[in-house]
Amino acid sequence: MRIEVNGKPQDIQARTLAEALAELGLTDAVLATAVNGCFVSSTERDEIPLQYGDRVEIVMPMQGG
Amino acid sequence: MNFYGVDLNCRLMLGTAQYPSPAVMAEAVKASGTEVVTVSLRRESGAGRAGQDFWSLIRALGVRVLPNTAGCRSAKEAVTTARMAREVFNTKWIKLEVIGEEDTLQPDVFGLVEAARILAEDGFEVFPYTTEDLVVAERLVEAGCRVLMPWGAPIGSAQGLNNAFGLRALRAHFPEVPLVVDAGIGVPSHAARAMEMGYDAVLINTAIAKAGDPVAMAAAFARAVEAGRLAWEAGPMEPREMASPSTPVIGRADLA
Repeated sequence: MRIEVNGKPQDIQARTLAEALAELGLTDAVLATAVNGCFVSSTERDEIPLQYGDRVEIVMPMQGG
Repeated sequence: MNFYGVDLNCRLMLGTAQYPSPAVMAEAVKASGTEVVTVSLRRESGAGRAGQDFWSLIRALGVRVLPNTAGCRSAKEAVTTARMAREVFNTKWIKLEVIGEEDTLQPDVFGLVEAARILAEDGFEVFPYTTEDLVVAERLVEAGCRVLMPWGAPIGSAQGLNNAFGLRALRAHFPEVPLVVDAGIGVPSHAARAMEMGYDAVLINTAIAKAGDPVAMAAAFARAVEAGRLAWEAGPMEPREMASPSTPVIGRADLA
């Protein structure tokens, strides 16, 4: 299934957001997620089924002012 | 100084961006004596090691973090970013930025108030990056903000306090609200001036990170902030238009 991850098209096998993170090798990373512009908490990632064309945002800690 | 029930001793807050290296940033944080640093969230390619390493470094410094919503251009974006930051950084604090203009990075104060209200109702403790506008400040306080962060000048401009009159008016109008000058400060004397005006703290990033020696500059800012605060507490004299002799006139010898 093709989705968009941080603005880039990506083909994944995962059916949920949690599975997608595992497939991307990010299971243990400190990160936050959003799907189609809406925040998805870590406890909800198992419950969120991904659909074709979904826009997934994955962000991590970074320097800031 | 107290932000949302948290007592802080140091009145200098630091941003963590644009340093020559993570090691220099860490040394600057130590030299500044700060207890609060700002952080952000960004996309990262690959397995995200840089972000994880950065977060480990910040945690090792033992300082409190103030996540920002830098780069957001709508209330919706800022609210979503704030919720992401709360989960990642495990804090209710959020430095709320809603940018409204590209050249000046001026806050969109309408979106700012809207986002502040949503976040305060959701349990966030909001530090809004705002202008010195009194009416906007009133709306932010009404929305639930218990700290205000007016700009001194556009972000990264090093212009200092562009509207000292407006900043003084804001200080006078909100004597009980902690006020932090955020953005535009270029040198320690700008920070000292803000503190002499009665501001509770200053937040500095570029002026330290882009200095020739960021660690030394962090120490310089720490001293300026301390001196400015001490001066405010000591009660600065009122300026006057004309000279007034400091040496007593009475008793002067007649040597004409």
